[in-house]
Amino acid sequence: MGTEDVLMQRVQGRFPSEFRDLLIARPGVIKGVIDRQDLMKVATALRDEMGFEHLSCITAVDWKDHFECVYHFYDYDTAVTFQLNALIPYNDPKVDSLVKLWNAANYHEREAWDLMGIEFVGHPKLDRILLPKDFRYHPLRKDFPQETERQYISRRKLKTGGR
Amino acid sequence: MAEFWVNMGPQHPMTHGLWNMRVKIDGETIVDAEPEIGYLHRGYEKIMEVREFQKNVVLTDRLCYVSSVTWSHAYCLAVEKMAGIEVPPRGQWIRVVSLEIQRVASHLMWLAAYGPDLGLLTGLLWALRERELFLDLLQLLTGARMNQNFPRVGGVRNDLPPDFDKYCRKVVNHFMKKLDEYEDLMHSSKIFLMRTQGVGRISTADAIDWGVTGPNLRACGFDVDLRRKEPYETYEEVDFEPQVWRGADGGDSYARFACRFGEMRESCKIILQAIDKAPSGPYRAKAPRRAEGEGFARTEDSRGEALFYVIGDGDDRPYRVKIRSPVFCTMAATPLMLRGNKMADVVAILGSVDVCVGEMDK
Repeated sequence: MGTEDVLMQRVQGRFPSEFRDLLIARPGVIKGVIDRQDLMKVATALRDEMGFEHLSCITAVDWKDHFECVYHFYDYDTAVTFQLNALIPYNDPKVDSLVKLWNAANYHEREAWDLMGIEFVGHPKLDRILLPKDFRYHPLRKDFPQETERQYISRRKLKTGGR
Repeated sequence: MAEFWVNMGPQHPMTHGLWNMRVKIDGETIVDAEPEIGYLHRGYEKIMEVREFQKNVVLTDRLCYVSSVTWSHAYCLAVEKMAGIEVPPRGQWIRVVSLEIQRVASHLMWLAAYGPDLGLLTGLLWALRERELFLDLLQLLTGARMNQNFPRVGGVRNDLPPDFDKYCRKVVNHFMKKLDEYEDLMHSSKIFLMRTQGVGRISTADAIDWGVTGPNLRACGFDVDLRRKEPYETYEEVDFEPQVWRGADGGDSYARFACRFGEMRESCKIILQAIDKAPSGPYRAKAPRRAEGEGFARTEDSRGEALFYVIGDGDDRPYRVKIRSPVFCTMAATPLMLRGNKMADVVAILGSVDVCVGEMDK
């Protein structure tokens, strides 16, 4: 039994009902899906009890009917990654900020707010970071249009007239 | 005297690109600092959503012109993890060769930029001179000096050219001698040591907390090299020593310099080993056009931990791509390095961090 199996069972025992889904995605990677209200306590336990000291990345994904915040935690000792997906409703894109736990979350969350428009509650300075301050949209959302026609014309597209 | 803010950038000889370091100073001492980034934002993650998986390699090359191969490789690795593609052994070894050549070229570019930051113009000329040799190697391998468009989903674009091992050996042997010369120029220069030692310090705990990775974290004395921690490609079969600061008080500009400098030697060792160990066989696997699922890959980029997170929805383009740039995270921690130092050291500190604005702003 690998390290990730042991860790997964510990997480499962610690949070028996919070996880909608908990599995080993590939060797060395645990994946868990939770609702947004459980994020803070799960993340706190992951850092303080399970030893995931490195917050590698925060990704916001627009699934058209809901948002998802994907957190990649990493344990430097065991080299295990924990991928935590937090589900966020579309009409109320708010989730707890993890800046209190990891300062690394600061810039990642600002970027997610900037490009995807997810509000991180408790963030010390939730400003735009990559786009100009007076920009009014969140361009990574799927309803933000993109001029695909001018991007390039592939041979297949010319032949079939579309996808 | 009252405290006031000074803008270092967006146009400044130190910035190596387009970003603004706002520094709050009291006399000569830095009280606070705040990076302002985004001047080079090109909307990579959005553009990648409408281009096919394979065609995105052209884009990821341009994330950082100094280390194109490492970035494209990280992207290809993520797509392979998502689609479950296995790269043939020869393809993996060729990747290791090209990655390490690129790493040396990238570190030499950093060294070339760090010299003038400290007023050492010789450093610029010497480092760029030797960088050209490694770019020649890359040109021989891929056909281009920069933006090589070399890694492919499922392998690499072409096989090693004939006699490539001879050229590699020649360049590496020549470069090893030159590295000793560099050492004389840098390590034994009293002025260089005075400008870098004890300047821009960050503690290990802070560095981990703020997400600092790569050589900047190893300079704090924390042994983490993703090529060792979770080996990708064939890094578990090569013999090299991750460069970690072993001294008592790490985390300063000098430690960062020493780690990067030592890494060039180790990369040269890996190049020679990989060239010898590459077995014959195919170098590229057939990759499916469409893919569904999610996958991420983290690699040891020249500047730290690069992470690509790719989601496919069954179409021939990614549904979502996320780029984790190591410089983006390190930039968040620069105020910690700057606080308490003198205004004149800002350039010496930020130069040692190795900023690449292209990947930071995406």
